[in-house]
Amino acid sequence: MTVRYIDEFRDRKLAETLSRAIHAEADSGRSYRLMEFCGGHTHAIFRYGILDLLPANVTMVHGPGCPVCVLPIGRLDQAIQLARDHGVMLCTYGDLLRVPGVERATLLKARAGGADVRMVYSSLDALALARAHPDRQVVFFAIGFETTTPATAVALLQAKAERFRNFTVHCNHVLTPAAISGLLASAREAETRGEPGLAVDGFVGPAHVSAVIGSRPFERFAAEHATPVVIAGFEPLDVMQAILMLVRQLNDGRAEVENEYTRVVCRDGNRKAQALMDQVFQLRPSFDWRGLGALPASALGIRDDFADFDAEKRFTLSAPDVADSKACACASILRGVKKPTDCRIFATACTPDTPIGACMVSSEGACAAYYTYGRYRDAAPVAG
Amino acid sequence: MDLGRKAFPRALDLKSGRIELGHGAGGRTMTQLIEELFESRFANPFLAQRHDAASFPVTDGRMVVSTDGFVISPLFFPGGDIGSLAVHGTVNDVAMAGARPLYLTCGMILEEGFPLADLARICASMADAAAAAGVCIVAGDTKVVERGKGDGVFITTTGIGIVPDGVAIAADRARPGDAVLLSGTLGDHGVAVLSRREGLSFATDLVSDSAPLHTLVADMVAAVPDIHVLRDATRGGFAAVLNEIARESGVGITVREDAIPVAAAVRGACELLGLDPLYVANEGKLVAFCPASDAERLLAVMQAHPLGRESAIVGTCTDDPHRFVQMQTSFGGNRIIDWIAGEQLPRIC
Repeated sequence: MTVRYIDEFRDRKLAETLSRAIHAEADSGRSYRLMEFCGGHTHAIFRYGILDLLPANVTMVHGPGCPVCVLPIGRLDQAIQLARDHGVMLCTYGDLLRVPGVERATLLKARAGGADVRMVYSSLDALALARAHPDRQVVFFAIGFETTTPATAVALLQAKAERFRNFTVHCNHVLTPAAISGLLASAREAETRGEPGLAVDGFVGPAHVSAVIGSRPFERFAAEHATPVVIAGFEPLDVMQAILMLVRQLNDGRAEVENEYTRVVCRDGNRKAQALMDQVFQLRPSFDWRGLGALPASALGIRDDFADFDAEKRFTLSAPDVADSKACACASILRGVKKPTDCRIFATACTPDTPIGACMVSSEGACAAYYTYGRYRDAAPVAG
Repeated sequence: MDLGRKAFPRALDLKSGRIELGHGAGGRTMTQLIEELFESRFANPFLAQRHDAASFPVTDGRMVVSTDGFVISPLFFPGGDIGSLAVHGTVNDVAMAGARPLYLTCGMILEEGFPLADLARICASMADAAAAAGVCIVAGDTKVVERGKGDGVFITTTGIGIVPDGVAIAADRARPGDAVLLSGTLGDHGVAVLSRREGLSFATDLVSDSAPLHTLVADMVAAVPDIHVLRDATRGGFAAVLNEIARESGVGITVREDAIPVAAAVRGACELLGLDPLYVANEGKLVAFCPASDAERLLAVMQAHPLGRESAIVGTCTDDPHRFVQMQTSFGGNRIIDWIAGEQLPRIC
């Protein structure tokens, strides 16, 4: 197997050129606080050490765009209920497996206790398992932003067309624009309480999400909040280029949606994928987000036409209402008001092995990425 | 009729026979399995003693012992199988003390129903690997568990070796300023095994790097007796070794991403699967820590050995009370290389 174009977007020389341009153009008299919404960007920033290439007054705020991180504990508990109490074959994506839920239960622990939990790379792998095991109830625990939603739609359409009796989906798909709106609304609320609101001057917009929904949905934010957005790919050079574009917009006093990721994203997005989603899913009136609370119209449920394939309808599941830990500063970290190191349980009680807050649960979460890749930046100077 | 010679009326059916509970029950069936399958392949004077415990002469010097269990799935993978792996894994653990491996023991836990043909293939592979490594399998044990209570076959091997005088390799001997050397490309074994795993199979020419490293170690120790630390980068990959040594020796470690060799096929597979080659398992790669003044000499010796051709000096130990393992990225920044949290799981998006 040969995978091409791995190095082209990670070229050091180009990175140095971009770094010099950002240093030259960033006005030393002001600060540039930029939020990357997506966990994929957070991951790239830390994995490639992008922060080391930025001037001190250009800082990155790590947003809530990690689907695993923002999944409320109550929903995760339903996955564990399905696997443990209903005897289903529960299929889901990899990094959800070790996320702790009620009383630190995880899907991996449920598996160790005898539950049938399978890691899949695709919704269609779950469908294939249902086909191969007609005697078992197979549930695909669907999670993700608009990136993974069309694939779940395809699985549901196939299941309906082939009249599967043993395949259902537990739907946890959430919507990016709603999350950004929610973030801005919570910032305004904080301001009315006299607390710091949103410490963000510009957004690095989502990559793969935008491939599906296009750049158009972000135009409203840019206009309403007078905040620039640059859609960027997940490669480190994409992120650097987007940062430069944001610095330029802020210098010019512009607040536009620009698209750095033109090789994949267009203004209208992927209309076929959008149609698939629309066919299968409908807006939920409200949905809980770990770290952000209940956000209106921020998630998708399965349409009544597909009710036979909705795990929430087929199985009786309790919905424990689990509050976020009070010690955890996720809400402020997600707004950019606090850094992970400002949280008193960061790297003490809350670590990637023992996550407490939303930001620590997946490797893409702001705190986990900071813990894994970035701690050395704030470490005390090396003793002689 | 010579009843003494013909103890078993029919030879084991190595074509379509299967493991039965009787093969572990201590009776004639078990004796036949041991004689026809194991002893015939592992033949050596120590095993031929047929005693409950093998006896062998003790020589001068320090002895080392290491034990390892092998539970790999799938049992057969590109570049090896559980049998060769069980020999290489333990030979390498012994070799990482700077020792010359001499003897192995082998415990097999077999699942009822396991095909004898597969077992014969595994035994032949073990025998070949042991012969190539110059070690004797001197003692063994066979147990059979009921169907469903095992995964075909589990193997535990224990290795014994002798350390030459003057060699004091240990996990806590890395010092600030030491050079860190890596004996070749990362991730070949883990990706080759993943490529054959059920539900994930993908086409690749990649083969496991499973290999006995003791002759490479012997060359290294002869050239630089003062090697401080040796460790093979198996489970948890290169990242685990760096963190273990940083912790045991109380040093920080900085490596350069540019210097770390990774095969193109491994990089490609890791990109697709969402894995990081630093954390993927190897079965034929070692990491060495030595004084910086010896590094070039050690590198030359490693590169001259067939199993170390792609060796490289990849980093240095630092005086860091935090014992952080850091990497200067090819992109021009820095990142921490932490322990893996649990198992490496692919990211969602």
